[in-house]
Amino acid sequence: MIEVRLHGRGGQGAVTSAELIAISAINQNKYAQAFPSFGPERRGAPVMAFVRVSEEKIRLREKVYNPDIVVVLDPSLPTIVNVTAGLKEDGWVILNSSKDEKTLREMLGGYKGKLAVVDATKIAMEVLGLPITNTTMLGAFLKATGLVDQKYLEEALEHRFGRLAEKNKAAMARAIEETKLYT
Amino acid sequence: MGKRVAKEVSIAIADAVKLARAEVIAAYPITPQTHIVEHLSELVANGELDAEYITVESEHSAISAALGAVATGARTFTSTSSQGLALMHEILFIAPALRLPVVMVVANRALSAPISIWNDHSDIMAQRDTGWIQLWAENGQEAVDLVIQAFRIAEDRNVMFPTIVNIDGFTLSHVIEPIELPDQEEVDAFLPAFKPKYKLDPRKPLTMGPVGIPEIYFEAKKAQDEAFKNTRRVILRVWKDWAQRFGREYHPVETYRTEDAEVVLLINGSLAETAMTAVDKMREQGKKVGLIRFRLWRPFPMQEFRKAVSKIPVLAVIDRALTPGGVGGPLGTEVRAALYNAARRPRVVNFIAGLGGRDITVEDFEEMADRAAFYLKKRPKEAYEMIGVRES
Repeated sequence: MIEVRLHGRGGQGAVTSAELIAISAINQNKYAQAFPSFGPERRGAPVMAFVRVSEEKIRLREKVYNPDIVVVLDPSLPTIVNVTAGLKEDGWVILNSSKDEKTLREMLGGYKGKLAVVDATKIAMEVLGLPITNTTMLGAFLKATGLVDQKYLEEALEHRFGRLAEKNKAAMARAIEETKLYT
Repeated sequence: MGKRVAKEVSIAIADAVKLARAEVIAAYPITPQTHIVEHLSELVANGELDAEYITVESEHSAISAALGAVATGARTFTSTSSQGLALMHEILFIAPALRLPVVMVVANRALSAPISIWNDHSDIMAQRDTGWIQLWAENGQEAVDLVIQAFRIAEDRNVMFPTIVNIDGFTLSHVIEPIELPDQEEVDAFLPAFKPKYKLDPRKPLTMGPVGIPEIYFEAKKAQDEAFKNTRRVILRVWKDWAQRFGREYHPVETYRTEDAEVVLLINGSLAETAMTAVDKMREQGKKVGLIRFRLWRPFPMQEFRKAVSKIPVLAVIDRALTPGGVGGPLGTEVRAALYNAARRPRVVNFIAGLGGRDITVEDFEEMADRAAFYLKKRPKEAYEMIGVRES
């Protein structure tokens, strides 16, 4: 079973990202669950969302405490939230940032593990015209982990966003190209 | 065959209500039930569900309108949580006494104060004695199945009692997971139209809910109690039919790896799934641990429950509600009472855990099983112990 924790700010679409990953996995005939960090979410406040993906039925309703993958939608979050908390040793941290690897590792308290970085805010502004980074970060997520197939994620995007899906798919595709992996 | 889809459990519940062809929905939105009634209002507004959606000013009105609707012979659904359920309290007693088979989903949530929108079982435990049939779901699939079953059970002429399906707020209501939604034809074949023997009809006037003077009140209540206990037969028959049609079995008391178990955990609702994972983990370590939970909570399945625990040395009852100043949590108290005169009974230890959205993790379940194992050799001194609460 693979466990994912997404960090974002209310309004950036962390919950939607979690849902799209789970929907893709389920449509791929896997088992999955997605759920928000239940609470009265406010726009701009730090929020979390969780995903589990497994080949077997999932019988677990606790929050994700030891994620295999952490996705951070907002560049300012690593300085105020401990995004690597509980991360498994061989886990991934996937960041939205324009900063270089060294600066980011320092920002994460000397983090030495696998790191994926993309300037998702820039891509989202250029492609979507909005600083909403969730679908862009799905591209980085795909490139780093391959947890679900791009085809299923694109289908889920089409189903969710209708006529806005094309732009979101384009943002995701550009992130797949531009994401840098440091392992 | 139904289709396997990825759905939020609340949305799937609304779809199940649509598959059941509900004719009247009266509801007032409250977290975490909101998505259920929002989706139902969409289904009605866009013409996918041919039903009357009654918007009301409170839960007291929601349940009152629902009773009026079902009394005219319309298949009726409502849903609420927490303070909303508490506000319905006065009317909840009237539904079973008038034999009005409303179906209600309660997205279980803590009661104020402090204000909490998060999950525990305080809301529903406070409604134990209102006389509704009560069922518990552990996952989205069961929530969908139980909602469809609930209409058939409630509306059966040998039942005619209102029925609650309990689902955990957030930990179930807000989770996206794979769910198989049955086809409309399959549901239609399983669930006949609602045809009550008596209904409110201006052309054939009758009275529902007259005064019960002292010469008749007691007999009326005895009749209600007898009829309520007799619903068991229908419930079992409906589950047998469901298993044959859909291949998923339901039992009044569900057991998991209880054969040869020394310690058995008991918890209702969706966290029973986390408990299963804990049981599997402990079994791998050679610990003889099992799990049971109530599917049917009212009427209390005495026979099945006593049978399920007769050979168990220690039963660890996990309550998700508090009975302040009482002799245990509501579940613990009830279980002890049910076993007091049983020929063979386990030692019962009662834990209170997961109040107001506090997570109960696999580790917490392991801790409770280990603590319970301690009582294989000695009797618990305290009426209950709290797990997962900070002491400093």
